[in-house]
Amino acid sequence: MRVEGKGLIDRTQRLSFRFDGTIYRGFAGDTLASALLANDVRHVARSFKYHRPRGILTAGSEEPNALVTIGEDGATDPNVRATVQELYEGLEARSQNAWPSLGFDLLVINDLAAPFLGAGFYYKTFMWPRAFWEKVYEPFIRRAAGLGALSGEKDADHYEKAYAFCDVLVIGAGPSGLMAAWTAGQAGAQVILVDEDSLMGGRLNAETLTVDGTPGADWADDMVSKLAAMDNVRLMPRVTVTGAHDGGTFGALERVAHHAGAVPKGGVKETFWRIVAKRSILAAGAIERHIAFRNNDRPGIMAAGAVRTYLNRFGVSPGKAVTIFANNDDAHRTAMDLQDAGVHIAAVIDSRKDAQALGDYRLMQSAVVAGADGRRGLEAIRVQTASGSEKIATDCLAVSGGWNPTVHMTCHMNGRPTWDEGIASFVPTPGAIPGMETAGACNGAFSTAACLAAGVAAAKTTLEVLGLAAPDIDIPQADDSPYAIEPLWAVPGNGRAWLDFQNDVSVKDVKQAAQENFASVEHMKRYTTQGMATDQGKNSNVAALALLADATGRGIPETGTTTFRPPYTPVALAALGAGAQGKGFAPERKTTSHAASVAAGAPMIEAGLWYRPSYFPLRDEKTWRQSCDREVGWVRSAVGICDVSTLGKIDIQGPDAAKLLDFVYTNTFSTLKENRVRYGLMLREDGLVMDDGTTARLGENHYVMTTTTAAAGQVMRHLEFVTQALHPEWDVRIMSVTEQWAQFAVAGPQSRELLNGLFDDTIDDSKWPFMSCGLVTVQGVKGRLFRISFSGEHAYELAVPSRYGDSLFRLLVARAEALGGGAYGMEALNVLRIEKGFITHAEIDGRVTAQDIGMERMLSKKKDFIGATMAQRPGLTETGRAQLVGLKPAGPVKQLTAGAHIYADGQEPVAERDQGYVTSVGFSPTLGHFIGLGFVTDGLSRHGDVLNMVDHVRGIQTRVELCDPVFFDPKGERTRG
Amino acid sequence: MRLRCPICGARDRREFYYQGSAVMLDRPGPDAGEVAWDDYLHLRENPAGDLEELWSHDAGCGAWLKVTRNVSTHEIKSVELAREVKR
Repeated sequence: MRVEGKGLIDRTQRLSFRFDGTIYRGFAGDTLASALLANDVRHVARSFKYHRPRGILTAGSEEPNALVTIGEDGATDPNVRATVQELYEGLEARSQNAWPSLGFDLLVINDLAAPFLGAGFYYKTFMWPRAFWEKVYEPFIRRAAGLGALSGEKDADHYEKAYAFCDVLVIGAGPSGLMAAWTAGQAGAQVILVDEDSLMGGRLNAETLTVDGTPGADWADDMVSKLAAMDNVRLMPRVTVTGAHDGGTFGALERVAHHAGAVPKGGVKETFWRIVAKRSILAAGAIERHIAFRNNDRPGIMAAGAVRTYLNRFGVSPGKAVTIFANNDDAHRTAMDLQDAGVHIAAVIDSRKDAQALGDYRLMQSAVVAGADGRRGLEAIRVQTASGSEKIATDCLAVSGGWNPTVHMTCHMNGRPTWDEGIASFVPTPGAIPGMETAGACNGAFSTAACLAAGVAAAKTTLEVLGLAAPDIDIPQADDSPYAIEPLWAVPGNGRAWLDFQNDVSVKDVKQAAQENFASVEHMKRYTTQGMATDQGKNSNVAALALLADATGRGIPETGTTTFRPPYTPVALAALGAGAQGKGFAPERKTTSHAASVAAGAPMIEAGLWYRPSYFPLRDEKTWRQSCDREVGWVRSAVGICDVSTLGKIDIQGPDAAKLLDFVYTNTFSTLKENRVRYGLMLREDGLVMDDGTTARLGENHYVMTTTTAAAGQVMRHLEFVTQALHPEWDVRIMSVTEQWAQFAVAGPQSRELLNGLFDDTIDDSKWPFMSCGLVTVQGVKGRLFRISFSGEHAYELAVPSRYGDSLFRLLVARAEALGGGAYGMEALNVLRIEKGFITHAEIDGRVTAQDIGMERMLSKKKDFIGATMAQRPGLTETGRAQLVGLKPAGPVKQLTAGAHIYADGQEPVAERDQGYVTSVGFSPTLGHFIGLGFVTDGLSRHGDVLNMVDHVRGIQTRVELCDPVFFDPKGERTRG
Repeated sequence: MRLRCPICGARDRREFYYQGSAVMLDRPGPDAGEVAWDDYLHLRENPAGDLEELWSHDAGCGAWLKVTRNVSTHEIKSVELAREVKR
């Protein structure tokens, strides 16, 4: 119910919303949780395993119970914590994990079956019979498990990633964080202050305490205004720092639009930030813990601090007759605040013998709550005192088992927290995160005065490291009452007392884990599921390990904690992968002929990041094979044009350019004459083939190297390594110019005729013999012409600056068409090169030697080169290795398939009998049958052998004959002619 | 993790390509023998502490870097240009 005169909500702005179809009303400034409580809605969810009715436990991001689904279809968000969801007009929330409805949930049967479903249930039950796993157990677990469900549709919302840099990152904007940001800001540091709440101020907004005589919330508001006015301070509300990573890098999730309803068109729902900070100050506060007793999970039983938050910040009392159960002084403030607001306090039950009342309410000392009544909402509690048992009617029980500092972030880099007996909880171990100071409640300092002072102190330490002068800062006056606590983890007694609400882990489960010798805290966690799921046990972990320590007869420090890992709160994968959906997944590299190719109807295929035309269909062609066969025919009989710009082009200049090439290629380039091109083979240092390609000498100290499309990046990095790390003394410069030049193959008997008339000079075989190169002028544009061939035909490659690529491609294609040819794509290019036995990375796949591909004579014996020594290893030179061969069908099945394996006659087609494999195949229209390249054991000396080809994947078997890999024009007469 | 490239300044590790041990800087001569070459190519120390490694600033200036990094804590002790180390 609402309490008049309380809260920071805007009562002039009414909002209506729906929960499970029912319309309710709230105010601007409410969360969904506070608005539900204001409407006396207590039962909001069902638990994960036993489907027990659950209510709102907390007022923060640690909430284990009150998870709802918001949004429809592709914009559905499951597992939204009602405690952090800001209310907006028209909000529609649905309960989850209940069927058919929240009030009547059939899976509550699990709760009745609970004696059989305790700790380790999954491990014990779903073991046998083995055959049941896939058909019975897995479908059952999948149906029963999980909380909210995704829509299964494409995420309709837009997410962003962003980067920020600062001197000081302050995490948390409570009293400590505000003072830290203020101090660092006054010193001139670049400060980012982050808080997961929409309203900065932390607990100052949830308490009635004063700072410098003014209400805490007003002081915080004023401080936030002052910080906002500073140019060097950036405030980031609604941002959760999710993880602390190496080198001062932090992940952070900003909820950009969740508070505003539908995301506006073009707007962003969430942004994932990477914040790089020179130093950081953690002021993350503390999280209140529960006490375990029978039925302590009934809706209406809440954290005592959360009850104060609902009262003081939202003007809501979660009950009309409130009881309080505590083991510390702090919870008594809940009684005082409620009483001051006119809410009836039925009793304060304190487990401590010497507990003192702060005001005029009924205090029961040395008393505990032994049980709760009321299934879908609390009706009464049973209090156990030394003199006996008493039943007290109440609709809200505020519980405090003490506060746990929020140490999570300090453990993200393998740090372990330290047990502090004084507060019966863990505190951060100093230095756990390099460059991070911890301040305030997250460090175990619980009074407002201590927090304000700690923020200033942490900032001063930070400024000193940064070399900035610390300003004089007056620390405001505030409450400094001590935090007195006597640990109480669980009330002894029968019945189930709950620890982890989200996973339904009870005290008995933890004890059972210990009994069954899952005594390590990490084992206990996995055996019981304590601390898993969306809340990661923020309320319950410390109590669970304290009980484990007790059950195993160890101390809490020896028992230790489980490992806190990022993210601190759940992060949608859509936010982490922002920008990577659809086309954002990988960059697209397009050649200059892309538009013309697409316009010609060519299907584009991916080659690494590049897009290349597969084939250029003509109107009457029904299949790709028809187009491919025709294009191959054009090149063999007339002329074809193909964009080869994707091949890597590396410009190499300097007096030692030849030295570099001699060192990275197996063969010699220093002897290459100017205006000539040579084929080169490149090895890795381990003696295996890295890449191949042609390199042209354009001048005495100027070469242009060509790499394969696939290895362009690898070769460039390799050349950088050689010139920087092995021979920095060489005077040579290298530069990737792949994208600076558009390059086209002009291939076929008519290629020279096509080019003549295009250049200022005529081309003839005496000036432009095979493997020559030089400069040409194409209609006024300076270009480079190479007489090289990847098709086996008389052919050229013509390169012009990329900006002329599109028009040159169109011009070349038009001229080719006039000569009875035209553009050809990757399919035809592949068939043409297989016909000639030219290799690609399908063959040089990183496992083959120069010998394997029949290029042993390219290994120069006169010089050292990369891979020279290791290429002579016995394992690489002895017989028995698979060697490159050509393959022809020799049986009734005429099809060859790449990836198939080769076996000898009479041998079972199994891995142990493997004789080789097929790397490339194509239908050769020139020869009229399939041809292939592959590797077969000692294949070079086995031409003419007939073996079995078996494609286990496609179910194809045939006989193949081994032959020379050069199927067509073995003497190369067409190329040279 | 961040590396301070001597040319570009501190950058996110995703800009860099990781090669491995900085042993690769000391290439043996062609006649150094099998053991030297085996060491150079294959045998690596695996300390739970400082390791000298090679990184390439692939998405930046293209510099090859010799980095001394504690592989347990990811603390970067030094970053030098491979070119300078070799001189």
